[in-house]
Order: sequence, then C-alpha cells, then structure tokens
Amino acid sequence: MAEPQSKPASIDSFEVRILRQEAPGRASYWERHRVDYEPQMNVISVLQKIAAKATTIDGRSVTPVAWDCNCLEEICGACTMVINGRVRQACSALVDNLLQQEDPNEIRLEPMSKFPVVRDLMVDRSRLFRALEKARAWVPVDGYYELGPGPRVSPEVQEQAYPLSKCMSCGCCLEACPQYTKVELTRLSGETDEEFQQRKRATYDQSFIGAHAISQIMLFNMHPTGKHEAAARLDQLTAPGGIQICGNAQNCVAVCPKEIPLTTSIARAGRATTAHVIKKWFDR
Amino acid sequence: MAARPRVMIVGGGLAGLAAAMKLAELEVDVDLMSLTPVKRSHSVCAQGGINSVNDQTRQLGDDEWKHFDDTVYGGDFLQHQPPVKEMAYWAPPVIDLMDRLGVTFNRTPEGFLDRRRFGGTLYKRTAFAGATTGQQLLYALDEQVRRWEVAGRIRKFEFWDFLAPILDEQGRCRGCVAQDLVTMEIRSFPADFVVLATGGCGLIFGRSTMSMVCTGSAVSRCFQAGAKYGNGEFVQVHPTAIPGADKLRLMSESARGEGGRVWVPRKPHDSRDPRQIPEEERYYFLEERYPEYGNLVPRDIATREIFSVCVQEGLSVDPDRQAVYLDLTHIPRAELDRKLGGILEIYEKFQGVDPRDVPMKIFPAVHYSMGGLWVDYERTADGGLVPAHPKNQATSIPGLYAIGECDYQYHGANRLGANSLLSCIFSGLFVAPGLADQLENLTGGVASELPAGLFESARRREEERHAELLSRDGGGENPYLLHQQLGDIMTRTATVVRHNDQLAEAIEQVLELRDRADRCALSDTGNWTNQNVVFTKSLQDMFPIALTILRGALMRDECRGAHYKPEFELPGLTSDDPAERRRQAEQWVDAFVEKNRKWLKSTIACWNADRRDIDISYEDVDTSLIPPRPRLYGLVGAETIEEVWRERQQAMAEPTGEAAGAPAGT
Ligand SMILES: Cc1cc2nc3c(=O)[nH]c(=O)nc-3n(C[C@H](O)[C@H](O)[C@H](O)COP(=O)(O)OP(=O)(O)OC[C@H]3O[C@@H](n4cnc5c(N)ncnc54)[C@H](O)[C@@H]3O)c2cc1C
Ligand code: SF4
Ligand code: SF4
Ligand code: FES
Repeated sequence: MAEPQSKPASIDSFEVRILRQEAPGRASYWERHRVDYEPQMNVISVLQKIAAKATTIDGRSVTPVAWDCNCLEEICGACTMVINGRVRQACSALVDNLLQQEDPNEIRLEPMSKFPVVRDLMVDRSRLFRALEKARAWVPVDGYYELGPGPRVSPEVQEQAYPLSKCMSCGCCLEACPQYTKVELTRLSGETDEEFQQRKRATYDQSFIGAHAISQIMLFNMHPTGKHEAAARLDQLTAPGGIQICGNAQNCVAVCPKEIPLTTSIARAGRATTAHVIKKWFDR
Repeated sequence: MAARPRVMIVGGGLAGLAAAMKLAELEVDVDLMSLTPVKRSHSVCAQGGINSVNDQTRQLGDDEWKHFDDTVYGGDFLQHQPPVKEMAYWAPPVIDLMDRLGVTFNRTPEGFLDRRRFGGTLYKRTAFAGATTGQQLLYALDEQVRRWEVAGRIRKFEFWDFLAPILDEQGRCRGCVAQDLVTMEIRSFPADFVVLATGGCGLIFGRSTMSMVCTGSAVSRCFQAGAKYGNGEFVQVHPTAIPGADKLRLMSESARGEGGRVWVPRKPHDSRDPRQIPEEERYYFLEERYPEYGNLVPRDIATREIFSVCVQEGLSVDPDRQAVYLDLTHIPRAELDRKLGGILEIYEKFQGVDPRDVPMKIFPAVHYSMGGLWVDYERTADGGLVPAHPKNQATSIPGLYAIGECDYQYHGANRLGANSLLSCIFSGLFVAPGLADQLENLTGGVASELPAGLFESARRREEERHAELLSRDGGGENPYLLHQQLGDIMTRTATVVRHNDQLAEAIEQVLELRDRADRCALSDTGNWTNQNVVFTKSLQDMFPIALTILRGALMRDECRGAHYKPEFELPGLTSDDPAERRRQAEQWVDAFVEKNRKWLKSTIACWNADRRDIDISYEDVDTSLIPPRPRLYGLVGAETIEEVWRERQQAMAEPTGEAAGAPAGT
C-alpha cells in the first residue's frame, strides 16, 4: 500500500528535467523547469503547469512540452513515459512519492526509448497495435445479429481471463524488454502514405511481437469461441518475430502497471506453441 | 469501377466503434476518426456497468417496460419516449452480443452473468466486468473493429481532430475537414454520411470526471455549422468523486451498489478518526431521509443531499474542503477485492489511502452531458422506432448523424447509472442499417466524386483559421488560464444549485472570456505536433456550448432532474391538519401540472452566427407512452400528494377529454 502522503519537508518548488526532441530525426536535449509545489500533484499536473508557463528555469520562453494523455486514471495507457528512469504512467506518478522515495531534488521525464519519438514525450506506438492485428486478438463471432447469449463461463475462467483483458496497450512491458528493440523508419521520397504504412507493417511483423501481444493471444485462445482460431494465432507465435525471441528475462512482468501475469502467459504460450509445432509436424 | 460510398465516423468510443463494426458487417466502407487511438477513448473510464432486464429480474417482476419506465422517470420525463422504449427492449440482446464478443463479465457460480443493483431502480439489472466495465466493453468493440480493419473494410484515422462538417449548397453534409495532430496537415474527407460519436463536454467545467479530450469541440463545430443542440442545461453532477488537482476522479456508484454507506459525523468537523466514531454519532443522511432507496437514491438527489449537508448544514468531514464519507469498511476485504477491486485501486493509487480500511472522502463532480446534438427518430404505431429508418439519429443537418453521449436523446433531465454505456452501444448499432440502406440509393452521386471545389474551399477555410492563429504576435491571452477561468465560472454557477442572478452574471463573464479567447496568443507557432494550437481551437469552441448551458439554465425556471433552482422548487406540505394538508396537496398537484405544461419541453439551441450567441426555442416532448408523474423522493407530504395524484389519474382515465398530466404534444 502506498504511504499516506505528506508534504516533503520544506519544499516549495522543485526542478523538472525533460528530455525534449522537436521532431523525428532531430537531436534530443535536456531542458530544466522549476515548478511550484502543491499538495497531491501528479506528473500530469506538473506538465500542465509547465505548458501554461512555457518558461525554463533560466527564464527562457520555450514551446510547451508535448505529451500524450487522456483518462488521467491510469486506464487508457496514453501517458506512458520514463519517469526517473522507470517506465510508467504520468497520471499515476504522484509528485510527493517521487520526491520522497526517489529523488528529493528533481524529477526526470523522458520519452519511451523503444518507440520512435514524435515530439518530446510523445512516441509512435503503432507497432504495438499492429501486433494486435498479427495476434488476431479478437473473438471471431459470426456477426452482430441477435444470436442469443455467449457461452457459459465459470467464475474461475473469468477470473483468469479478466486480468489479461485489462491490458491497456501502454507498452511498459515492451520498454522494459531487452529483446524488444526500437524500429524507426523514415518515409522515402516518392513513397505514398499507404506504401509507407505498408512497409512499416511489414517491418514490424519481422520484429519481436512482444509480451503484451503474446498475453493477448493466450487470452483469446482461452475463450470458448476465440479458441477456434487458436492455431492461426500460434502460427504467428512461431513465425519470425514470435515467441522464440523472448529470452525470459521477466522484466516485462515487473513493470506492468496492471499486474498482468505476463510470464505466466509467456510460459503457457511456449508450451502451446511447442505442442502446436509437434502436432503440425505429425499432421503433415 | 465506380467509387464506393463511404461513411465517416468521428469518435471511437463505444458508440463510434459499435456503429463502425455494424456498418462493416453490412458491407459499408467506413472511415473512423479519433483524437486518440480509439482504444484509449474516454469510454474506458466507465467503471460500474451496463443495464438490461435479465432472466433473474424478470422472475422478480421486472420487464423491459419497467426499465423504460425507470429511465424516463429518472430523466424526469424530458426524453421522447419511443427511442427510450426501443433502447430498453434492445438492452438484453445488446448484452448478449457483448457477451459473445468476449467481454469478461463477472459470473455467477453457475456461469451466468452476475448482476448488481444501480441507483434509480429496485432491480439488479447491471452487468459488470470487475470495476472496468467500460474498458472491457470498449476493448471488445475495438477488437472487432481491428478485425474489419485487417479485412480492409474500415480505415482508421487516429490522432486526427475533426474541424468542421462540409456542407454542399443544399446544406447536406458531404464529409468533413480534419487535422492530423502530428503533421498538422489539414485535409478534406469526402463522405456520404458523417456520424458524430464524440462523447461529452465535461472540460467546459474545467475539471470533471471526464477524460482530457472531452472538450465538446467536435459537437460545437457542428453546432456552429447549424446543427440544433438539445437540452444543453442538463448536466449530471456525479455525487461521489475524489477531488484532485488535475481531475475529479470518479468513485463509481457501484461502491454504493455493493453496500457503501454515506455518512458524516453528527458533530461538525469531528476531528476523530472516522473509525473511532460510534454508530449513533454518525449521520447516515441518505438512509435516514430516503428509507426505501437508502444510499441508492438517484444521482441528482444524492448529489444535492451531499452538497447541502456540506454547504448548507456545515457538516463536511474536512474543515478546509468539502467532503463526506463513503464507507465500505464494513464489507469483507475479499468481497471488496472481487467486486470493486479496480475502483478501490484508483482511490488507493491517487489518494494513498486504502478504502478497505478507512472511509473514503468524496464530493460531487460534473460527470455527464445529458444534452447534446438534437437528433430525430421515426416512431412506430406502438411507440417504438422504425428500424433502418433514415431519420433515426439524424441531426438537423441532412447527412450528419449523432450517436452516444454527444446526442441528447436518451437520458432526458437526468441519466440513470449504467444506462449510458447501453445508449452508446445501442445508438451505434441502431444507426447503421438506416445508413446502409440509404447508401444503396444515393441520389446525386458519391461524395468522393463530387466536384473538388467543395472540399477545397472547406479545407482552405480551416487552413486560414489555423494560419491566423499561428501568426498572432506574442503577448496575447494564455489559453490555459482562460480555460481555468471558464471552468471556475461554470462550476460555480451551473452545477448542483443554480440561481438566476448568478447565471446572468456568468453569461456576461463568459462572453467576456470568449472575446478574450479570440485574442489568444500561442507559445508554440510551429507546424509539428502543436498541441498548443489544437487546445486553443478547442477552447474557443467551448464558448458556444458554455453559452448554451448557461442560457438554457437561466431561462428554465423550474426544477427538473439535474437542473435545480431552489427559487422554483415546489415546496413540501406544511400543514398537519388533514383538510388543510389535502388542500395543499391539491395545490401542489395543480402547480406540478402547470409546471409541466410550461416546461415539459426540450430546450433547443441554435447558433446565431451574427450575434455569436445562441437562440433558444422549445419543442414538445413525446410522453404518449408513460404519462409524466411527480418524483416525490423524500418530499414532506409525499403520501398525500401521491393520493391526490392517483385520484386525478383515475378521473382522467374516464374517456372524457384532456386532463392533468396528459401528453404534452406528440
Ligand atoms: C468516470 C466515468 C465513469 C462512467 N461509468 C459509467 C458506467 O458505469 N455506466 C454507464 O453506463 N456509463 C458510465 N459513464 C458514462 C459513459 O462512460 C460515457 O457516457 C460513454 O462512455 C461515452 O461514450 P461515447 O462513445 O459517446 O464517447 P467517448 O468514449 O467519450 O468517445 C469519444 C470519441 O470521440 C473522439 N473525439 C472527440 N472529439 C473529437 C474531435 N474533435 N475529433 C476527432 N475525434 C474526437 C475521441 O477521441 C473518442 O474516440 C461513465 C463516465 C465517466 C466519466
Ligand atoms: S520475459 Fe520475454 S517478453 Fe518479458 S521482458 Fe523478458 S524477453 Fe521480454
Ligand atoms: S501487458 Fe501491461 S505493460 Fe504491457 S501493454 Fe499491457 S498493460 Fe501495458
Ligand atoms: S492518461 Fe490514461 S493512463 Fe494516464
């Protein structure tokens, strides 16, 4: 349980150091801001104050820092960034805790390093959503007409599935994974939007699919209807970029804000793919 | 090959995704646009659940009609009844569908969907998935949409801002202009229909329980293009939110649904640890005042009671800010974890205190916009809707539709808990067949083949607005500070309690802020991922809706649902003498009938571009299915009034002529 908050001793302002980058391909640089302390601030309210002021610690006017957020309740996954060296959501990063438990003098904010920077703290996480396409992360229902209720599910199965279905595609697990390396492409001259998207997708597909999609595959392979496409999903796990890349470093599970049992999913996926490969071999 | 028609859906919350997936199934090509990746839409925040009649409640006497009745009663009869009736009858199949799509609803030991009770009803209608029902429902739809995206039927445009609908000379909508939030490119999107599914507008109040993109900007842009706006002044304030500096985080009604008790110490500012305060020194004010519903009274009543206990009666549990206790500590931990885990985590995460051990501190916050774009429907003889009719969900701009929280249609003067997720998915599914049918016989050709001039000039208009903002000299107004001021004014004057003098003053202040917002200067004048300019535009577009809320509230001299003006409240009965009490009850009922004659009307706002302000008119409400009746929760003399009311209803049932409380209009 988090400690009840109290104001860190004698602080009326603190420093925030932000790793900024104006656009893809540009050099990044650190910028320092001073922010007045208020009780119960989180990193989002810090960024809001910095945006409203748009002045650095040495009085220079600067453009407001770009960042992504929406729900402010750690449920949409948008505001993920690296805070004091640790990947997490900015909205649930409380200033009191950061100053008390990590560094009493400053808060450091950096964009995630495994995704291309769009600007400042905003990154392009389209690869993560592409992985969900590759994973066929959906229940293949017949359609949306009235066809009665879904399959009966025991509470035990629901309690197993529910945690996996809380994955908000934030990407923390990918940021922490040593096997997940950054893929950054730039548009070629003469390439259309569609061609560029196509090339991006193809490149993503060759690269590691990552813990979050592996876990989604296990979620849908568990579902009574989702199961019908289990083989196709396992095929993806044995294809290039599949589960064989995972080195079982277990960093992913340690950083997942939703405490999703990723390594359990990975272990189950490992067993399922082995069985799947053997079965395919016998079925030849 | 001739170009195929397309539908543009703006917004990828529950409503937009449901419409996209249903259209895709009907073989319609869909473009889906959103400010955020659709999976990160505001709908993920919904915690509590989604309502429908179910096998269990049925056997206790429940049916669709009662769900319909609870919804219009909760909405103080301000909704047209046919769409609400249709929705109630669709609710069970909607939940079946979501169940088939793999939503991880909580289960009973036998494997059926578990249900809980929400405010404003006596039945356990609410299906839920832990404390993240909205997230689970949204993901199920997001997954289906991804499936169609892979199949090539749906194209997504995420990180795009809807700037304006494109209207042809006849005023029909032929697409929209939007801006890429990354590259800042402004582009025209030809579309044969545009469906707005852009959610609520809580940010007009500064802080609310809503997500950061809920600025109402897209709706405002359609409003300024001529779409009518309905019932703007009806804004739901949720009784239980956790006050925070950046956001007021919701504590779901399910905390009360699962047995949470609201109380304050009887002694003002009792500084003891709440756990040390003995039962008899606790004031469980909802339970005492509303014995039947107890802590589960409808939201408007809970909100007002909490507000008045703190503000009028001075019983706030905190000396320097307003709050009451919401107490779960009497419920076993394991049960709390299983049923409310997610929402309790939110409290713990953002307050640093475990609500399983210590009562939570909560206070009301702006939560839901009942008002929204006016939309139409086609009624059947028995009071439902004609399926696949082109009028269903159509705004007053031909070719432009609205669904989800951004339409005004389903919740009247107040929304019942767990009915909104339903109205979003329902309206999304329901709009689709009508659009698909019309695409079969499009007159005047496919939008993408219309002369390019229409799209060019629409784009150029937006480019000019954009360029003008970027070229401003420094030293102007700061948009973030103006937003704070707007939020303060709106929260102070247009939330729980409303007074005409304050509203009138607020309008003057908001008009002044609007003019100052015209002079905003940007701290970022670049053309790459410029969040500053995007925010400034959305701020400027908050004013038309803010004025709609304020003017609607000022003009409506009555109390109805979430709109509460003490000066116009019908007071309870004062006399103890039976005859006199009876006479007062008669008077009360007369006053109620008169109030409905005058005010049982939808507020319709139109944008007046010359004055840059709004015009208001009123439309009759179709109350032909369930005659309006008074809501008497907790009123002194309720039984006597009830008696008089019933007698009059009986008298009216005799076939002669029109009488009290008869349907106002069609
Ligand atoms: C904290 C909270 C809890 C709730 N709990 C419940 C509950 O338990 N039960 C219940 O029934 N209801 C609940 N509600 C209400 C319910 O969640 C919402 O009414 C519903 O999710 C709205 O869905 P929607 O599809 O209309 O819009 P949203 O989910 O708000 O989605 C709007 C979409 O429009 C897009 N958009 C907006 N503006 C633009 C623009 N200018 N350009 C492009 N795209 C744009 C956004 O990106 C987003 O994709 C809750 C609400 C809140 C705030
Ligand atoms: S266990 Fe696999 S997926 Fe997780 S961090 Fe390690 S290598 Fe990456
Ligand atoms: S598994 Fe956890 S860390 Fe990974 S994307 Fe999902 S929620 Fe984020
Ligand atoms: S803003 Fe949604 S997770 Fe932080």
